Amino acid sequence: MAAPRIIVVGGGLAGLAAVIKIAEAGGTVDLFSIVPVKRSHSVCAQGGINAAKNLKGEGDTTDKHFDDTIYGGDFLANQTPVKAMCEAAPGIIDLLDRMGVTFNRTPEGLLDFRRFGGTLYNRTAFAGATTGQQLLYALDEQVRRFESEGKVKKYEGWEFLSAVVDSKGVARGITALDLRTMELKSFKAEAIIIATGGNGAIFGKSTNSVVCTGSAQSALYQQGAYYANGEFIQVHPTCIPGEDKLRLMSESARGEGGRVWVPRKVGDPRPFKQIPDADRWYFLEEWYPKYGNLVPRDVATRAIHKVVYEHGLGIDGQPMVYLDLTHIDRATLNRKLEGILEIYQKFVGDDPRDVPMKIFPGMHYTMGGLWVDFNQMTNIPGVFAVGECEYQYHGANRLGANSLLSCIFGGFRAGPIALEYAKSLSGEEGDGGHAAEIARQATINNALLQNKGTENPFKLWRELGQTMTEHATVIRYNKGLKLADEKIVELVDRYKKVNLSDRSQWANTSFAFARQLQNMLHLSRAIVVGALQRDESRGAHYKPDFPERNDERFLKTTKARYTVSGPALEYEEVDTTLIKPRPRKYDAAK
Amino acid sequence: MAERTVSLEIKRQASPDDPAIWETFELEWRPGMNVISAMMEIAANPKTADGRDTTPITYDSNCLEEICGSCAMRINGKARMACSSLVDNLEQPIKIEPLSKFQLVRDLQVDRSVLFENLKKVKAWVPIDGTYDLGSGPRILPQQQEVSYPLSNCISCTCCMEVCPQFNEDTGFVGAATIAQVKLFNDNPIGKVFKEERLRALAGDGGIQECGFAQNCVEVCPKGIPLTSTISDVSRDVLIQKAKDFFRG
Repeated sequence: MAAPRIIVVGGGLAGLAAVIKIAEAGGTVDLFSIVPVKRSHSVCAQGGINAAKNLKGEGDTTDKHFDDTIYGGDFLANQTPVKAMCEAAPGIIDLLDRMGVTFNRTPEGLLDFRRFGGTLYNRTAFAGATTGQQLLYALDEQVRRFESEGKVKKYEGWEFLSAVVDSKGVARGITALDLRTMELKSFKAEAIIIATGGNGAIFGKSTNSVVCTGSAQSALYQQGAYYANGEFIQVHPTCIPGEDKLRLMSESARGEGGRVWVPRKVGDPRPFKQIPDADRWYFLEEWYPKYGNLVPRDVATRAIHKVVYEHGLGIDGQPMVYLDLTHIDRATLNRKLEGILEIYQKFVGDDPRDVPMKIFPGMHYTMGGLWVDFNQMTNIPGVFAVGECEYQYHGANRLGANSLLSCIFGGFRAGPIALEYAKSLSGEEGDGGHAAEIARQATINNALLQNKGTENPFKLWRELGQTMTEHATVIRYNKGLKLADEKIVELVDRYKKVNLSDRSQWANTSFAFARQLQNMLHLSRAIVVGALQRDESRGAHYKPDFPERNDERFLKTTKARYTVSGPALEYEEVDTTLIKPRPRKYDAAK
Repeated sequence: MAERTVSLEIKRQASPDDPAIWETFELEWRPGMNVISAMMEIAANPKTADGRDTTPITYDSNCLEEICGSCAMRINGKARMACSSLVDNLEQPIKIEPLSKFQLVRDLQVDRSVLFENLKKVKAWVPIDGTYDLGSGPRILPQQQEVSYPLSNCISCTCCMEVCPQFNEDTGFVGAATIAQVKLFNDNPIGKVFKEERLRALAGDGGIQECGFAQNCVEVCPKGIPLTSTISDVSRDVLIQKAKDFFRG
């Protein structure tokens, strides 16, 4: 048999990690990415990557990392894979170090670590405040090395459209669109690894990059892949509101001592410096004395929401609170946080070394994703998923600095498994379904190009984003979720009348966007219906009408299956074989 | 029309074979607007200032926080990132053009893959033995990290190449970004095993001697990378390498 062909879709950390393992094991890879892989969204991760290296004499262990992750995720994550990830973490840090990542150092030349949310240990390795960028570059460099050796072929500027599935339901390749020539083509492969990141675009504005639409996940969901825990969306407590996106202000700002506060008096007219400590409300420190400003993200987000909307204490009456670093000396700030402080300065105009930053929560991370088994394979045989696009490692809430880890760990795991799977796959019958899938995609494309309706896809997208942000982020009510679902159904209907203002066949970004939008609409229903059915509060999913966690009914993974009339939900038991679920509270030590 | 507006002139070109034209747009001003949000607005309402229907603008963008390097373009004549170009800081009408030194694809989108090819030529990676667990990496003092980290912040936006008078087809100059990566990897305790090869790759035509020290690169770099001092350092190393190779015969 010829050498197996593996396709990796997505060139962020997870995708590149998978590519490296396959190339190293002697396989060859076709790597597809919308953007040049070095421009993938992983570059946006700022604060760091967790590993219990215990280099600070605190007695940290991988077991404690495991427990923090499970507890932080409100016991919704399957425990066996999470344990494996935490145990692999120190080795992954060592490897990244050997690859040349410019991690911050201690005076002795060892890796430095800082504290992040949801833990009491200094467990987070970091490279300034641009850790994701540095990690992605390290993997990108290794992939470039394999590329120059002929083991990897990159298809940058191609967008995944669908899996090609044979008559037995086994994946045999993909279809993809060349975003420059607009050519539709199918590619053969014995195994496919999807590494396409999160779905922030469904919420209109988020901290995610432009390409994070969830389109690939949705296409697979519509082809029969289960979409798991879609309702778990992380809203990051500290973002800089913007016209085009919400820019992340890393948790590392709090890890290095940043304090969140508002003036105690509504509409206090004094400039911040003239407000004495007694008139400042450090509400996180008051409510959560043990963890203080470093409570997990869902907890901090709800606290900020409460202070702004229930206490009416937003700065200048706006939905904003202070994130204050001005008590820390400039040299320390520059050494440890310069990257993110520059972002604030560039996009807001104020220097956060002198003036407290004004921040507010924003959609940040997709805990849910394609359902996978412990071998990272979806329920479509031959389609694997790794990184943010799958659901496996973070339960109901992700801890800061665990995302980079889960990406690399998932990619490292899936690569060799996919290669073995591919080697053992029997030959395809006929053409493996390629002609039929190309025909199906061509029909979708032609319909879109010929449509003479009245709807602008970018406007429909804005409406989707507003609905999702209003009803399906920090606080959820069943009434609002029902409204949101009705709105999406309306948008799906209006989408049929989409009119592209550009019908050309060269670098047509409206066309590519319209295809993504259709997928966003279908996936957003899985999120909303998942949230609607889950009558409890767990991690990032919070319903004031059901404020408690309900393990009896909902200590279960939501699995959404696509049907023409909407998502059909099933529930699966969670693996809790290692740590017995207990109440999650951050006002005291665990 | 709204009380306060923003005026943009954007150079459009449907394909490399089509003629370039300028289109003017008049948009409602909003606080915190940047060039990207202006172009998003045009996509939602694709009409020129004189009310003609047009198409959304094709441009590269991704992170919108100046870390992915996608959205480099010429804005009021200056090569810079569109995401960090705040409308309030720009003179109007804001003139937007594609980078001029790269093959045009469409509108503001150009093909910058030459940089990634250059990175292959200089072996811009650390040649690790493998990804299995081989223990911790070499110790690196914080003083060295503080030199390396800024170099590894390069976002491959190619602004330094766009503004370099020597970066053109005649010289085949690799440009400042690639030279900075040579220093980054030559400074790495393991990466330096390719030091000689990298320096030789910068020794011939299109190599480091093409630099005319115009210093435009360091001025335009959005990440503030010390490009000129880095070029000086690498230049010296290339000369030493050339001398060594000469005497070795």
